[in-house]
Amino acid sequence: MDALVAQLQMQFRDYTISLYQQGFLDDQFTELKKLQDEGSPDFVAEVLSLFFEDCVKLIGNMARALDQTGTVDYSQVGASVHQLKGSSSSVGAKRVKGLCVTFKEYCEAKNYEGCVRCLQQVDIEYKTLKTKLQDMFNLEKQIIQAGGIVPQVDIN
Amino acid sequence: MAEVLLPRKMEIANGPSKFGSAHLLHVLAVDDSHVDRKFIERLLRVSSCKVTVVDSATRALQYLGLDVEKKSVGLEDLKVNLIMTDYSMPGMTGYELLKKIKESSAFRDIPVVVMSSENILPRIDRCLEEGAEDFLLKPVKLSDVTRLRDSLMKVADLSFTKKRELETEHAYSLDSSPRSQLKRAKI
Repeated sequence: MDALVAQLQMQFRDYTISLYQQGFLDDQFTELKKLQDEGSPDFVAEVLSLFFEDCVKLIGNMARALDQTGTVDYSQVGASVHQLKGSSSSVGAKRVKGLCVTFKEYCEAKNYEGCVRCLQQVDIEYKTLKTKLQDMFNLEKQIIQAGGIVPQVDIN
Repeated sequence: MAEVLLPRKMEIANGPSKFGSAHLLHVLAVDDSHVDRKFIERLLRVSSCKVTVVDSATRALQYLGLDVEKKSVGLEDLKVNLIMTDYSMPGMTGYELLKKIKESSAFRDIPVVVMSSENILPRIDRCLEEGAEDFLLKPVKLSDVTRLRDSLMKVADLSFTKKRELETEHAYSLDSSPRSQLKRAKI
């Protein structure tokens, strides 16, 4: 039993570190984890869930605004990008945030192709992050079910 | 032979412990982002604050009772000690909310902190000129919140202590019996 817990903990640690190293997550995610405790054990999962809801809604807005058979209202696209940039920054979704910065520039430049490309990328990126975090949360669950505690992972 | 009278024990709270469980700092947080509302709420709760979160400046004004349809709610119950508002919000912005609060005789003394994801100096200046207590860059840090809380509690503590001093002086002056004359000796 202990060997299983130790193995799962190591997997969890390695996986978490890889997410930071590959740029999926940044320090803000660490801050979120610090705010979680026994009284609010699902805080991180709850915030991330709200973030993913935001992604669906805002990307939908952007897609609609870009899908005009006429003139595109880039300020409308930009407004949604700005909101997504804010949310991703608040949860530590580093890659999504980075894409939003580029996307915002394309909006300001009224660059249609650039915007469409960013839209596609941001859609892929948030879905990738969602899957990765799901895997991370699953590892946490497995550790707890095996009778262990989820280790604090020191990123630095 | 003079009687030595012991001074009446005065209950003056000392230190921030006055703001114990019965007197938490009540913060009204305003943000149109669901993610940010959840985040700021948690930051504030972890910092032992009472929190009310609303999703727009309009709702914030309604909560305070500043909108056209005034509610006769017991204002003591919802006494807000600090307002933290996002700057960029659809409809009324955080800046406009700040102005409305500072224009109100009832609420102008409530400190207002503006939060923004953008580090735009003219924006910051504008807010501070309009009377904002502070301007915080998002994502807000726990240290920002504890710093705010500590400085506000100190101010509240000072005014509470002052109030008690005045009350005590008043209490002494009401009692004009000879015994009480002796009690008036400086403690």
